[in-house]
Amino acid sequence: MTRRLPAAYLDANVNHPFTGFTPPGRVYGVVLNDLDSLQALAPAFADAPYKAPPKAPVMYIKPANTLAPSGATVTLPPGARRVQVGATLGVVLAAPAARLRADDAMAAVAGWRAVADLSLPHDSYYRPAIREKCFDGSCVLAATVAPAGALRPDALRVQTFINGAQVDEWPLSRLARGIPELLRDVTAFMTLSPGDLLLAGVRWQAPVAQAGDQVAVRIHGVGELSFSLALQEGKA
Amino acid sequence: MKRGRIAFNGAIHEVRPAGQEGLLRLADGRVLREDEALWLPPVQPGTIFALGLNYADHARELAFKAPEQPLVFLKGPNALVGHRALTPRPAEAEYMHYECELAVVIGRQARNVARGQAYDYVAGYTVANDYAIRDYLENYYRPNLRVKNRDACTPLGPWLVDAADVADPMNLALRTLVNGRQTQAGNTRDMVFDIPWLIEYLSGIMTLSPGDIILTGTPEGLVNVQAGDEVVTEIEGIGRLVNTLIEDNAN
Repeated sequence: MTRRLPAAYLDANVNHPFTGFTPPGRVYGVVLNDLDSLQALAPAFADAPYKAPPKAPVMYIKPANTLAPSGATVTLPPGARRVQVGATLGVVLAAPAARLRADDAMAAVAGWRAVADLSLPHDSYYRPAIREKCFDGSCVLAATVAPAGALRPDALRVQTFINGAQVDEWPLSRLARGIPELLRDVTAFMTLSPGDLLLAGVRWQAPVAQAGDQVAVRIHGVGELSFSLALQEGKA
Repeated sequence: MKRGRIAFNGAIHEVRPAGQEGLLRLADGRVLREDEALWLPPVQPGTIFALGLNYADHARELAFKAPEQPLVFLKGPNALVGHRALTPRPAEAEYMHYECELAVVIGRQARNVARGQAYDYVAGYTVANDYAIRDYLENYYRPNLRVKNRDACTPLGPWLVDAADVADPMNLALRTLVNGRQTQAGNTRDMVFDIPWLIEYLSGIMTLSPGDIILTGTPEGLVNVQAGDEVVTEIEGIGRLVNTLIEDNAN
């Protein structure tokens, strides 16, 4: 079945006051959704402050101020010199999605979008990482959305390049919850809307880039994006 | 001025209080009883911030020390419902509680705003009930979205009250009544991080935009609530927000 993309993608007149481009809907992400993170952190899960392994998806929100188009220059927060580049696949919702089953979840998907989810490196997952994840421009979106179709998300590979050199490649087959399971578990308690973007997860020890770097993310068959990193003025 | 948003007779309207308790007026002069309207959240939300442990007594109640940095978490628009809405309570949950909170609505784009200027960026205030279902708490990005970002679990309203009409938002009595019995009482003056502090802090991290909402936390007085309960969260001069819990067997 072919689904039309949400109208928000088509209406170029609606610009966010800060980013100056048309944002999609809301953007939600998950950490600890890759097998390598779960494996690496398994010994820590039993201890304080976690005391048990995560059960529900460990979610966060990338608010509107974080959204930036491919080609943007992202200014690092005061005092920060480097960021972790969480290159990932964004799932674009086509229809209101609530209480999905894994076996019907893909019908709610309009398409796929390459996304770079930037974070200031942080070791603890105990408290919401607002300072680390919500600075202006910290969610860079590819210009294009690849329509859902024959493409199988678990066969995709996400590549990250810094200053032209490939620094990372990870296969989405390493996701702990695949896209249908993630959609099932997220929509079990919250409804996603057409145009919303659900980020599939970032890899364990994602590459780190610093001020002055040119960064690109490519998902073959889906799309690519690039951005550059700048220091906060007066903080050099 | 107080403004509400309702659906009535197949359309969405901005409404004002009609002078008499329980009545409201449409722009064309028609007057309705408040129970004739379907109330929507008074603001179409941008980013929704919420504060945890922002009243020292409540932090103690949860056996936490009041934090040195604010505990901020975010919500999506799916969580909001208007005045007089129904909120689902999962049948299996052992402990669900309300949280009466003063909600601050941002009116101007704000970046690196100093405390002394912070009120210039406030459009107005409303009442929020930031329900939590503690059964779903996990120690990852706590409080996690499954606790705090559930569909229809954050009633907001009824009115957006203009900032100019609130002489001192840091001195307002707030309280909650469950089935008519008062279970929670406090005053906004007891916030750990006050409104100007929060606007300086958040606008130092990120750009705030008109329509962004900050739920400023709740004082002590948490009680488990059940399907069928009527929960009224009320803030002096801001509004009286009514919500009713219904059983949700979906899980």
